Amino acid sequence: MIKAKNLVHEYIRRDEEGNVESIQTALDHVNIHIKPGSFVAILGHNGSGKSTLAKHLNVLLSPTEGSLWVDGKDTADADKLWEIRQTAGMVFQNPDNQIIATVVEEDVGFGPENIGVPTDEIWKRVEDSLRAVGMLEYRSHSPNKLSGGQKQRVAIAGVVAMQPKCIVLDEPTAMLDPVGRREVLRTVKELNRTKGVTIILITHYMEEVVDADYVYVMDSGSVAMEGTPREIFSRVDTLKLHRMDVPQVTLLAHELKKEGLDIPDGILTREELVKALERLSNKG
Amino acid sequence: MIRDITIGQYYPAKSPIHALDPRVKLFGTFVFLISVFAYKGIVGFAVVTLFLALLIGLSKVPFRFMVKGLKAIMILMLITGVFNLFLTPGEVIWQIWKLKLTKEGIAAAIRMTIRLTYLILGTSLMTLTTTPNQLTDGLEKALKPLNKIHVPVHEIAMMMSIALRFIPILIEETDKIMKAQMARGANFDEGNVIQKAKALIPLLVPLFVSAFRRANDLALAMEARCYQGGDGRTKMKPLVYTSLDARAYVVLVAYLVFLIALRVVLPF
Repeated sequence: MIKAKNLVHEYIRRDEEGNVESIQTALDHVNIHIKPGSFVAILGHNGSGKSTLAKHLNVLLSPTEGSLWVDGKDTADADKLWEIRQTAGMVFQNPDNQIIATVVEEDVGFGPENIGVPTDEIWKRVEDSLRAVGMLEYRSHSPNKLSGGQKQRVAIAGVVAMQPKCIVLDEPTAMLDPVGRREVLRTVKELNRTKGVTIILITHYMEEVVDADYVYVMDSGSVAMEGTPREIFSRVDTLKLHRMDVPQVTLLAHELKKEGLDIPDGILTREELVKALERLSNKG
Repeated sequence: MIRDITIGQYYPAKSPIHALDPRVKLFGTFVFLISVFAYKGIVGFAVVTLFLALLIGLSKVPFRFMVKGLKAIMILMLITGVFNLFLTPGEVIWQIWKLKLTKEGIAAAIRMTIRLTYLILGTSLMTLTTTPNQLTDGLEKALKPLNKIHVPVHEIAMMMSIALRFIPILIEETDKIMKAQMARGANFDEGNVIQKAKALIPLLVPLFVSAFRRANDLALAMEARCYQGGDGRTKMKPLVYTSLDARAYVVLVAYLVFLIALRVVLPF
């Protein structure tokens, strides 16, 4: 679905005469490969280059060096620009700044309108995508009266209505309260499961990546670690090196293991830890 | 206090006026404005009044909502009234110092007040029965021919609708910044005009910064959703004329013709 090969992006700051003042490398030879229909998480702390990568997937930025293919289309090819944006939808961090219309259903219809979908079909798509995110009953509301989580779900519906093969979510939960965060994550997982949409979730919350199929950890512009969540979280010390926190349960399991208890690596949920501890106490 | 600002104060109801196409309503408002300035004499006045009363009745908007709009221009009406009263030359009835109250002045003042009142009532009737979205859609469609002379009609309509969407957000933000600055000792209520104006600087600077940031984010989000201007765009809610609209056009034209005919035929 998505393949990056030695992807480099540099932010070049120029002074008034156009001379280069400073170059900041945001992406440094990134290689990723994302399979269709998978749920992939990209982790990283602030300034790790994860948002820059997200903007590349939607061709809001184009590579300085290297190449990136989205669904077999090269993002450096200017003719394919709109096709790629249609293939890879994008949801941003601030729900307020990505809703365009004053009525929920009109906002969801904005994307399909842009790509020239006939009117009847727009209505059908709007209804389907609002139902998919569980916001159908709010269709004639004003977005200003919705909660953060609801607004973010409307934004997701707006992307779903364009029927993309892949949705990139750039820290969609960063501005939400815990309830809103759960709502959004549940919606995203549901879309992945029922519609088979490839999900790329960019986040710095460890808890959100536990259910992902594959995880990339980014640090200073390059991929520092990759693997399944279990593989990643079993390397607690390496994660700490990249200034990432691990879920509390994983950390507890790791500390217990260090103290000599026989607990497997990469515990992700509370249930797993309880089971491991039970087994231990049964043995002893 | 800042939340009291309402723009496009829509009154939701199910009425034939609400159901009309926004283009018809724009045209209707235009016709009504002409008629308000075109009528002459008591019969003309009666016809215009009757027409307006009929429309208000049909729209199911309570009369007190209509009158709300009048409060805002009370002062303006008073000033024009006074000017007309004393500055119209003619038969003097009463005089203090250099100000002469004339018979013609009284007539002109009454006429002017009625015209201004009807003007406001007519335009409020449109904004009360049309959502801002319909209004921008209507404008876009009605002004489409201007595209030929390179007026970016679609872009203007898009800007209007985005502005409408962001008004409440920016108002809320202003409120927030105001409270934040007040918590740090800013004072917006006291002092003379210059001090008050100066107090607004710490409010306006962060507001502008955030507005630009929002605009940038929104532009990115629109691009990500394949927005590329008006060409090749379809409409989710296209404007379609119904038989109701056709009848409304006929009524409007008939009304205007009748009123102008009255003006020509009846000399008083």
